[in-house]
Amino acid sequence: MAGKKLMKGNEAIGEAAICAGVRHYFAYPITPQSEVAEYLCWRLPEVGGAFVQAESEVAVGNMLFGAASTGLRTFTSSSSPGISLMQEAISYMAGAHLPVVLVNIIRGGPGLGGILPAQGDYFQAVKGGGHGDYRVGVLAPSSVQEAVDLMILAFDLADKYRNPMMLIGDGMVGQIMESVEFPETNREDNDPIKSDWALTGALNRKPRVVKSLFLNPDLLEENCLLLEEKYKRMKENEIRYELYKVSDKNRLLIAAFGTMARICQTAIDELEREGVSVGLFRPISLFPFPEKEIYAEAGKKNIEKILTIEMSVGQMVEDIERCVKGRKPVEFFGHTGGIVPTPNEVKDKVRESLGLKK
Amino acid sequence: MAAQKEVVFAGFGGQGVMTAGQLLAYTAMEEGKQVIWIPSYGPEMRGGTANCTVIVSDSRIGSPIINNPMSACVFNRPSLDRFGPMIRKGGLLFINSSLIDVTSERDDITELLVPANDLAIKVGNPKVANMVMLAAYVEVTGLVLFETLDRMLTEKLGGKKKEMLELNRKAFEEGRKAGQELGEKHAGELR
Repeated sequence: MAGKKLMKGNEAIGEAAICAGVRHYFAYPITPQSEVAEYLCWRLPEVGGAFVQAESEVAVGNMLFGAASTGLRTFTSSSSPGISLMQEAISYMAGAHLPVVLVNIIRGGPGLGGILPAQGDYFQAVKGGGHGDYRVGVLAPSSVQEAVDLMILAFDLADKYRNPMMLIGDGMVGQIMESVEFPETNREDNDPIKSDWALTGALNRKPRVVKSLFLNPDLLEENCLLLEEKYKRMKENEIRYELYKVSDKNRLLIAAFGTMARICQTAIDELEREGVSVGLFRPISLFPFPEKEIYAEAGKKNIEKILTIEMSVGQMVEDIERCVKGRKPVEFFGHTGGIVPTPNEVKDKVRESLGLKK
Repeated sequence: MAAQKEVVFAGFGGQGVMTAGQLLAYTAMEEGKQVIWIPSYGPEMRGGTANCTVIVSDSRIGSPIINNPMSACVFNRPSLDRFGPMIRKGGLLFINSSLIDVTSERDDITELLVPANDLAIKVGNPKVANMVMLAAYVEVTGLVLFETLDRMLTEKLGGKKKEMLELNRKAFEEGRKAGQELGEKHAGELR
């Protein structure tokens, strides 16, 4: 796949997984990400891999558990209601220290909701949708190229920390077509990760156990502390974010992720032409969250307010408030249910926040 | 400020509006531009209208949501009603006059009437109305080169569909001619 290709986000995510060495994909179709499965059902066999369409998302979660236990790179893609059904398995895989990647192309919720783009699964992804003391690493692309780059990174981080990673995009990232390039990959196809934990057959060695059940509270606490130590390392090493037009001229700082951040970029460009200086803080890793970085930006003298904009009724804004620690007022604007805020609406909200005429 | 151009292709499902937009996006990418193709994928697709937006720019593209696109090619009446009022002042509205017998009644945009279905039937198949319209759009706007458009068409249709390639090329020719006539007719408005 050398050179530039014009690809749909969903298809590019599938190809990125192949670049990352994935040959085992389990899924159940759901709009707006069904093209991932549609693409991989013919593409995986070309590279000696296989796609298993499960009978439900609950089954998908447990198939992932099984495949990941053997040390193989594996992933699934789904959309909001499907990811909800997988939460039990995600919790189990986190508890069992299994590397796995989940892609959530978010649609409007709650419940069966709608099929249009939304970001209302932020809490579910970032705060842990399943039970217990665990975290999932979360990455949020805002373009097709970034979806590819972060997808490949997600597999590396999943292996590095032996923890589930989630790529969250809204329906827009999945459905749009953009030009995209794939890196040359030299990962040995189908190679299980060299490890001292994977279930690869116990011939000539001691049997290994992959599990999340610890009835002895001392052992369970020990496991949870081991997880906690990994999350601490992730916080130290895996913070990712982007600043756009951030300068000491900014009066206001917008915080937004994914597609919403792109829309804000256009609004910021247009406001700049009107003489209104606004910067953008775009978290790319949602867990670990760029806590110190947003705190530092919010502390700059020229910043009057932080405006969080989301395709939800306000979820990331709680993390922004938590990290800003009251240094500056934090405001929110958003739409949900599949309605995407437009650049004009963003501009109006900025002007309103700054007390400027519309 | 780098120039950014946007065009919406809108019509009934089956009129090939998605394909027309994709071919334009492929062509612009081939010419080294930044592109993004945004489909409508809502419930409206099921038996209703379909549309896509193509954004072409010399630099990084921000919002995929466009408040007021620079131009639109509308293939049926519901699309005219929806997108006609959204076109940016001074923008272009290409109307499939074979199926739409009204206009937007706006005097702050340029309306270009392309009898896309009639011309497609003339070359042998109403299904290539989308290519007639695309060619008229490219002729009037000069957004991409015809050579590149033709090369991308050949690449997409491949060797296996020779008759289809010929048919689409004939549609291009008709659209191009229509575009040339419209360009002359509206020379004053189009600068």
